[in-house]
Amino acid sequence: MAFLGHYNYYIVVVLMMIGFYVVIARGNMVKKIMGLNLFQTSAFILFISAGKIMGGSTPILRDGVEVYSNPLPHVLILTAIVVGVATTAVGLALSVRINEAYGNIEDDLLSEEEPDDFALTQEPSRDDDSS
Amino acid sequence: MRNNGILRIVARFLIPLILLFALYIQFHGEYSPGGGFQAGVVFAAGWILFVLIYGLEAGLKVIPQRAMVVVMACGALLYAFIGLLGVLLGGHFLDFAPLLPSAPKGAQQAGIILVEFGVGMTVATVVMLIFTMFAGRKSQIHLIDGIPDSEPVTYPEMNQDNSANQSTDTAAETRD
Amino acid sequence: MVAIGVTRIRDLFAATMLFAIYSLLSAALFVLLDAGDVALTEAAVGAGISTILVLAVLTMTRRYEHPSNTVNWPALAVVSVTGMCLLWAVSDLPDFGDPTNPVQTHLAPYFINNVYSDMGIPNMVAAVLASYRSIDTFGEVIVIFVAGLAVYTLLSVPPRTPPKPQPKADANQPENRGDH
Repeated sequence: MAFLGHYNYYIVVVLMMIGFYVVIARGNMVKKIMGLNLFQTSAFILFISAGKIMGGSTPILRDGVEVYSNPLPHVLILTAIVVGVATTAVGLALSVRINEAYGNIEDDLLSEEEPDDFALTQEPSRDDDSS
Repeated sequence: MRNNGILRIVARFLIPLILLFALYIQFHGEYSPGGGFQAGVVFAAGWILFVLIYGLEAGLKVIPQRAMVVVMACGALLYAFIGLLGVLLGGHFLDFAPLLPSAPKGAQQAGIILVEFGVGMTVATVVMLIFTMFAGRKSQIHLIDGIPDSEPVTYPEMNQDNSANQSTDTAAETRD
Repeated sequence: MVAIGVTRIRDLFAATMLFAIYSLLSAALFVLLDAGDVALTEAAVGAGISTILVLAVLTMTRRYEHPSNTVNWPALAVVSVTGMCLLWAVSDLPDFGDPTNPVQTHLAPYFINNVYSDMGIPNMVAAVLASYRSIDTFGEVIVIFVAGLAVYTLLSVPPRTPPKPQPKADANQPENRGDH
């Protein structure tokens, strides 16, 4: 019935909430980026599971197969995966720079340091108690 | 790691297979799961394996960084060029039909192969470039510090951290 | 389970390994859900590239996460409320695997029926990706190109040593004070 028919969506929501919790509750930036990736992967599972047909198979035309799963979500998710790795790479590069500037990548410690002029960046006005 | 015999032998066996498999995925992308992105990532993974075993300098001798940047741009430009070729020959942007007016299916297939090749080139070189940037950073830090690889540091308390930062601040300021 | 492990472990190296396992498990799930291309991409990207980039960053920063004192209650409250809303919204979605879903009847029959007659290639996903929806793929190539450029720009500034916990006399020689 309807309750059991949605079990894939329940799994997706659980994973998404775990990823969301990691992003907002953990201070370490690398952990946050991992949480963001968890969130993204759960969104991919949502789309792919929505596109599946019971008894279907991979959408490549071949003999002996009658029902194909929907190829359109696969296309969207392929793009999304590559965009996800691009975001992860830029986020990790930023955290490397932050680590060099401040010595750590923890949120709560970053908000307690005052801006120093041994600073790093080329922007003069930077306030770092933004979290 | 290059002195470890097992790693070297296995790598010598695996890396050509990985690169060949990447090319297979790239050009067979019309008949089996695959295509540009997968091929690019697998190719970059093969190169990264080479770098992990033989070192970054050896890897950069094989594919220099300048070449990576150039190929990265060329992939995107190839895609745009195919698109504009469609416009120049009378169709819409990225329309493959005017490329070979006599064979509509052949035109689509040719367009798809070229476009996927552009995508594969760009993705492979971007991933290799990102890895080079990250890996090179660590050796640059070592050159400045002069210290060997540090073992994992347990986290110091906050007071010690802040006071240590301020002391190095004053040290830097007096030096300038 | 693996996701909860990634959340709670403070040793970031172990968290990275668990993250790679999570990516591999989701790639296996994609295979079960009949998505061959996506599984290949997710396995290569998630278990390969993301893991190695996080490991590269971990060699430069600390390995252990700062101990957070308690469970973050406001975050947990926000997450629970959002989760409840999402679970309630999910009940409106169509059933899993039903062939009469709106998602299956809108564009998919057109693609499945016409790919071979239009293009002559069996892989429907590649055909849709490169020909029917070619501009999206173009935008995506541009995105990954810009990401490569961004990382190249961010990390080509020569590094400055991070402030160390113990005071050193001759520690920092900043060299990007106007020399690039």
